[in-house]
Amino acid sequence: MSKILEKTEPAPGVFRYVIEAGEIAHKARPGQFVIIRIDEHGERIPLTIADCLLEQNAIVLFVQPVGKTSIQLSLMIAGDTILDLAGPLGNPTEIRRFGTVALVGGGFGIAALYPIARELTRGGNRVITLLGARTESRLLLRQEMESVSAQVHISTDDGSCGLHGNVTDALSFLIQSGEKPDRVIAIGPLIMMEKIAELTRPLNIKTLVSMNPIMIDGTGMCGACRVQVAGEMKFACVDGPEFDGHEVDFDTVINRLGAYKKEEKESSEEFEDHILGPCSLGERAP
Amino acid sequence: MTGSPKKSDRLQQPRQKDCELNPDTRKHNFQEVSLGYTPEMARLEAHRCLQCKKPKCVMGCPVHVRIPEFVQHIADGEFLEAARVIKETNSLPAVTGRVCPQEDQCEKHCVIGLKSEPIAIGKLERFAADYERTHGKGEPVEVAPPTGKKVAIIGSGPAGLSAAGDLAKLGHEVVIFEALHQAGGVLFYGIPEFRLPKPIVESELDYLKRLGVEIKVNYVIGQIKSLDELMQEDGFDAVFIGTGAGLPYFLGIPGENYNGVYSANEFLTRVNLMHAWDFPHFDTPIHPHKTLAVIGGGNTAMDAARTAMRLPHTERVILIYRRGRDEMPARQEEVLHAEAEGIEFRFLSSPKEITGENGWVNGVVCQPMELGEADASGRRRPVAVEGSETRIPVDAVIIALGSGVNPLIAKSADDLKTDSKGHIELADPEINLTQKRGVFAGGDIVTGAATVISAMGAGKRAALGIHDYLMRSEGTR
Ligand SMILES: Cc1cc2nc3c(=O)[nH]c(=O)nc-3n(C[C@H](O)[C@H](O)[C@H](O)COP(=O)(O)OP(=O)(O)OC[C@H]3O[C@@H](n4cnc5c(N)ncnc54)[C@H](O)[C@@H]3O)c2cc1C
Ligand code: SF4
Ligand code: FES
Repeated sequence: MSKILEKTEPAPGVFRYVIEAGEIAHKARPGQFVIIRIDEHGERIPLTIADCLLEQNAIVLFVQPVGKTSIQLSLMIAGDTILDLAGPLGNPTEIRRFGTVALVGGGFGIAALYPIARELTRGGNRVITLLGARTESRLLLRQEMESVSAQVHISTDDGSCGLHGNVTDALSFLIQSGEKPDRVIAIGPLIMMEKIAELTRPLNIKTLVSMNPIMIDGTGMCGACRVQVAGEMKFACVDGPEFDGHEVDFDTVINRLGAYKKEEKESSEEFEDHILGPCSLGERAP
Repeated sequence: MTGSPKKSDRLQQPRQKDCELNPDTRKHNFQEVSLGYTPEMARLEAHRCLQCKKPKCVMGCPVHVRIPEFVQHIADGEFLEAARVIKETNSLPAVTGRVCPQEDQCEKHCVIGLKSEPIAIGKLERFAADYERTHGKGEPVEVAPPTGKKVAIIGSGPAGLSAAGDLAKLGHEVVIFEALHQAGGVLFYGIPEFRLPKPIVESELDYLKRLGVEIKVNYVIGQIKSLDELMQEDGFDAVFIGTGAGLPYFLGIPGENYNGVYSANEFLTRVNLMHAWDFPHFDTPIHPHKTLAVIGGGNTAMDAARTAMRLPHTERVILIYRRGRDEMPARQEEVLHAEAEGIEFRFLSSPKEITGENGWVNGVVCQPMELGEADASGRRRPVAVEGSETRIPVDAVIIALGSGVNPLIAKSADDLKTDSKGHIELADPEINLTQKRGVFAGGDIVTGAATVISAMGAGKRAALGIHDYLMRSEGTR
């Protein structure tokens, strides 16, 4: 059982949780994730570890309510407990002195980038961060990212902040302006990561992307998380979650991620109808 | 019950057939198929035993259960005594009585089998264990005085559970670390309820807890802690690794990434461990497939096929195997049960390609095969027959080709030697000691995917090895 110590809503519809997890907090490295199961009837879902708070013996998770489990989580408040929490899983992000590293974060993916930015900067890299969101109010962790990056460039789809456009455009401008990053790490929606990889491929810039496929065990046992990389089958939970963006077969990843769309809808509808009753989301405010 | 029948009469007696649920009903539910023996049936069956002076059956048993002795206790109506004898060498008889491939082990060697059908040793073992569970006072919780030594067990499959039980009885402090949220290993997430009811596994776990064993779930060793951390920081004096063969193999043919293609592990885990058959009451879904193909011929394939048959939307389940019926490694009883439940078998058929449409599976293309020369395992090797490939229209494919070993622990410990396939190498197989000091290993992680009884036997051997190691290292300290 792990207790939720704190819950906030840093952007509309995105929740930040501080969860008691002493051993995981002390062990986890940037890029790793946990698997949680809320209760006896719950499914197992992976969530990226967005930070480790050593004084509090806690980890930070970000959740965007999309399916049954994330909706249920979004209704939980400080003091509630999560039945199962296992981690840290997956391989940590490689942290070395690369030179200039461009970090590209889209929407919700920014949360995962923050510890990576911090460690890369600590490791002596010049970190240029590119953050993208639909609109300014949805931009996550802007100040935190500024505190651990040499430069931060913002882009929004509606132009409410920074560049009017998407992060791929922003990276493209950055490169046109003469920057040549030694490495790119992109975390965000699959389409965004695919576009970034396409942009950097002809430039031969090593580009890592983080896969977040459907998972069950997270230990290599089920193969649900398989991803085709350079023509070979890899399991994201034990071989990833980061892979070379130039080698990932994005089409199969996108297709497989949609496998349970219909059931997810059914499950969250059933949850809303029968468990919440007529009340709507957000009634139990954080 | 009359006295002991004469030898000639015993040979006349047919083997007792146990009761089973009707195939037409059972294929729609998850209740245990075989109902086992009544006490009367068990005694009749036990009376058939010749009580051989040099019992061949015992030779066939990987852990050398004293078979004639326990069978005699059953014949005499001393059922609890029978269970006690079995448990001296086999800590999980209610499990092994149900899942051991008896026809390849003890029963294969039973002398009565030469003239008629062998003694139903597995059914008798199951009977004694079930009787003890339901009628006994619970196994005595006899634990030696504390030794002050701590042992970490990694993985809670049959290997880990048996090592933990034996070590706890010897007075050591034992902690099991399990990666999943539920202990039991394959006994829980793999083998389905209709073959091994989960309360049986749970009662074994309860027994361990009563012996003082602590079970920590959600601990993925290698990730949260390395072996060195367990021993140097957490004060464990020895470690046993029983992490099993969890990494599923795929075929390496086109189309394996379509939606609707599962490894048997994923399919069985969704249904058994995560209760997907009860979606949306439970949150984990499984698609409402209609026609499912299962590829493989082992126990895992049978379990996947029979599980698929039990899901509410299933209309047909087709099992595709590249060799012939006689070459299937599955337990005979499971094959018969699968047939009775309406699973269709396509033998001598090798999948070439999985076809799909809009991202979802819509068929399997198979190459016909014929049996050629015997290979190293003694089974005749299938060779492709030129010509007609066939395409079977299906909307799901479950791949049950066996598993490789889980790499997480070996990755976190350089000094643990593994072979080219990742199996942990033993420095001393007699006591299951690895190349790393204080670290022992057993079960599928050492042998590759094998059997419950061999994993259990390895756990017991390692427990003795660990005990010896701990008591000796005390002397030298
Ligand atoms: C579907 C299926 C049906 C089978 N049917 C039969 C049968 O009828 N008869 C038979 O004899 N055998 C059968 N087998 C084979 C048998 O189940 C195995 O040989 C046996 O369970 C191996 O036992 P084990 O203890 O080595 O490992 P497992 O039972 O595999 O247990 C290993 C445990 O370790 C855990 N683990 C893995 N990595 C870590 C880690 N890093 N940290 C912590 N924990 C970890 C796993 O989660 C798992 O719980 C079947 C197997 C399958 C998959
Ligand atoms: S070989 Fe058969 S008859 Fe002989 S002791 Fe064993 S079970 Fe009894
Ligand atoms: S989640 Fe099961 S193998 Fe990766």
